[in-house]
Amino acid sequence: MSGSIIDPRLANARAAPKRGMQLSWSDPVFRNIIWQTLIVGLIAGVIWYLAANTVRNLEVRHIATGLGFLSNTAGIPIAETLIPYDPATSTWGRAIAEGILNTLKVALVGIVLSTILGTLIGIGRLSKNWLVAKLTAVYVEVLRDLPLLLQLLFWYSLLQGLPGPRDFRGSTSIVFLTSRGLRLPLLNWEDAHSWALVVFVVGLIGTFLWNRAANKKQDATGTKPAVWPVALGLLIVLPVLVWAAMGAPWTLDVPVLKGFNMVGGGTITPEYFALLFGLVLYTASYIAEIVRSGIQAVPKGQWEAAGALGLHPFAVLRLVVLPQALRVIIPPMTSQFLNLTKNSSLAVAIGFQDVVSVSGTMLNQTGQAIEGVAIIMLTFLAFSLSISLFMNWYNARIALVER
Amino acid sequence: MSATTAGTQTPARAQPDANLPGPIAWAKANLFNGIFSSIVTLAIGAFVVWALYGLVQWAFINAIWWVPDTAAGKPDPTSCRLAHGVGACWAAIHDKWRFMLFGAYPYNEQWRAGICIALFLGLFYVSADRRFWNKNLATIWIGTLVVIFGLMWGGFLGLPYVPQDQWGGLPITLILATFGLALAFPLSVLVALGRRSTKLPAVKLICVAYVELIRGVPLIALLFMANVMLPLFLPDGVNFDKLLRAQVAFIIFAAAYLAEVVRGGLAALPKGQAEAADALGLNYWQKTLSITLPQALRLVIPPLVNTFIGFFKDTSLVLTIGILDMLTASKTAMADPVWQGVSTEIYVVLAIIYALFCYTMSSYSRSVERKLDVTKNR
Repeated sequence: MSGSIIDPRLANARAAPKRGMQLSWSDPVFRNIIWQTLIVGLIAGVIWYLAANTVRNLEVRHIATGLGFLSNTAGIPIAETLIPYDPATSTWGRAIAEGILNTLKVALVGIVLSTILGTLIGIGRLSKNWLVAKLTAVYVEVLRDLPLLLQLLFWYSLLQGLPGPRDFRGSTSIVFLTSRGLRLPLLNWEDAHSWALVVFVVGLIGTFLWNRAANKKQDATGTKPAVWPVALGLLIVLPVLVWAAMGAPWTLDVPVLKGFNMVGGGTITPEYFALLFGLVLYTASYIAEIVRSGIQAVPKGQWEAAGALGLHPFAVLRLVVLPQALRVIIPPMTSQFLNLTKNSSLAVAIGFQDVVSVSGTMLNQTGQAIEGVAIIMLTFLAFSLSISLFMNWYNARIALVER
Repeated sequence: MSATTAGTQTPARAQPDANLPGPIAWAKANLFNGIFSSIVTLAIGAFVVWALYGLVQWAFINAIWWVPDTAAGKPDPTSCRLAHGVGACWAAIHDKWRFMLFGAYPYNEQWRAGICIALFLGLFYVSADRRFWNKNLATIWIGTLVVIFGLMWGGFLGLPYVPQDQWGGLPITLILATFGLALAFPLSVLVALGRRSTKLPAVKLICVAYVELIRGVPLIALLFMANVMLPLFLPDGVNFDKLLRAQVAFIIFAAAYLAEVVRGGLAALPKGQAEAADALGLNYWQKTLSITLPQALRLVIPPLVNTFIGFFKDTSLVLTIGILDMLTASKTAMADPVWQGVSTEIYVVLAIIYALFCYTMSSYSRSVERKLDVTKNR
């Protein structure tokens, strides 16, 4: 079992005599070292040459390198802000932080929505219903054949072609899709809602614990106590009771037309809407193919064997098919998430101010080209790395434990 | 199989034919198989009919195909303005298609750009045919590309010289894509070999760093970099034009992605192939060039073509640095005040052109995949 000696007869075998490296062209080790030195030297030389040129060019143009400019006043307006920002006083550092947050906002929402849509379409392609299968196939084929930038510009131009807020005069609707973006009613947030949310989160933890206890009981006794009544009580009934006990406040902040524009409610700008919409539709077409091939990669016998054991179709999917399919799905899915994040930089073409757009404006106005490009690259490298790490962790967690 | 085993097999019993022939039986099995399926079919069917009806109304029945000229000799868009939102204004395409396809290339010389497009198409067609997959292909490529550049620039045989900043439209898209691939592909093979190298750790490290760095950042960042940083990198007085800068960014970008595809092929090849080559006493380059690489590349033709498709679509990103490719030229065409509000029609035409290219490539990749499967299963 130790494995240190594979064959007892080999125990006395002598190791091949060790020769030192010969300083001769016929010695492969020596040759490899020479080659590598040459290649590394060449690349280092090129980099040195480019760096020297850069330093000279920067001197000629009187551009000071360094990140000091980040604390200068930016003076550019940013349409969508997640942290307080004032064009007159805020610094470039803050402007770029807004850009990074905007990229994050598109990427995270986009990843969630495109996963949902992509999974639905991928399953649709496997549907026994001919119409569903064909329609989803057409969707995938068409969206994958068109450049994303073209799609984004198209959606954006469609949104801009919508009637303006003025044309909705007298409308009784509470949701408005106008050329100025999507306006939605918002709930006036009160204490009762916060408390209901707190109870809901506690209920979520409680349900999770109950489910674990139920699984343990199933392992011990073979029968599993019902989970759904507990979940219903903790997740829906209790929060609603708390909300009702505190007076059941329910008022909406409805957008209304005032003058030439809408006021009230929440708003999603046409830039963000077009970017998110385009990214989600495009990425979903790729995710659909991944999901489809992942499910098809599970042999039919697995379905049949699980069915023969008497498992419910849903249990077959959850316990037998998905764990095997996910193993195939996760790695390409990760690269799609990365692609979506990188593709969100196309925002610059439709005027959504993500990190690329803000940095681009900055390098045009301050001339800090190297810093601007470095900021863009570092941001995306950091995003890529975090997504990869998260997905690798998830992949390791769901990976089938083989013998 | 066959002659010897066929006699011992019991004849297969005829299966009862569950699928009754006929369209009604087919519809019952594939469209109305259960209540839920029927509801879905009806709902989706209604939506499809409604959407198709609207599309036909807009694109054909209510469309304006032609508009009269005004006294000033310009097209008169009044009828298009009236039909806005109800019918398509194809008259705008009629007026603008030359600009969309050729950009600012001098009007009287656009036949040259047209011939270049035809030459590109011929080049792709020849490259897709397996009968041409030999050493002549490289000669064909070099020859064709030289002719294309000669035609585009001109300045000989009585052809007027056309400076590069006047080029535009589809030729720019094809030049970026084709040159990018032609130059990125050899680079990517070298990088893939370097990354798989076990005896050259320093080279391996450089290749890994290059691939991961480039794949981690968006193409736009590289284009920005090429646009604003390349001039800083170069000594004073040396300057590339914009198109060449974008081309360099494309090559660096594409090579990193292609290298990963090639590496996948090399990794999928059974180890015995390399070992057998070693046993025959072949040196590294003999082994790579005549044994492992040809087989590895064959394995990855479908993903390679998929990467090409993505790359072809990505050429549209030069819009962000203001190069007049097909998409940028079309956007410029939309800005014409005469055709104010006509954008959907132009996007639709662009989409058809891009989709034709991409669809041809993807169906080609599928057909190659099928052919390779046949040889694998033989």
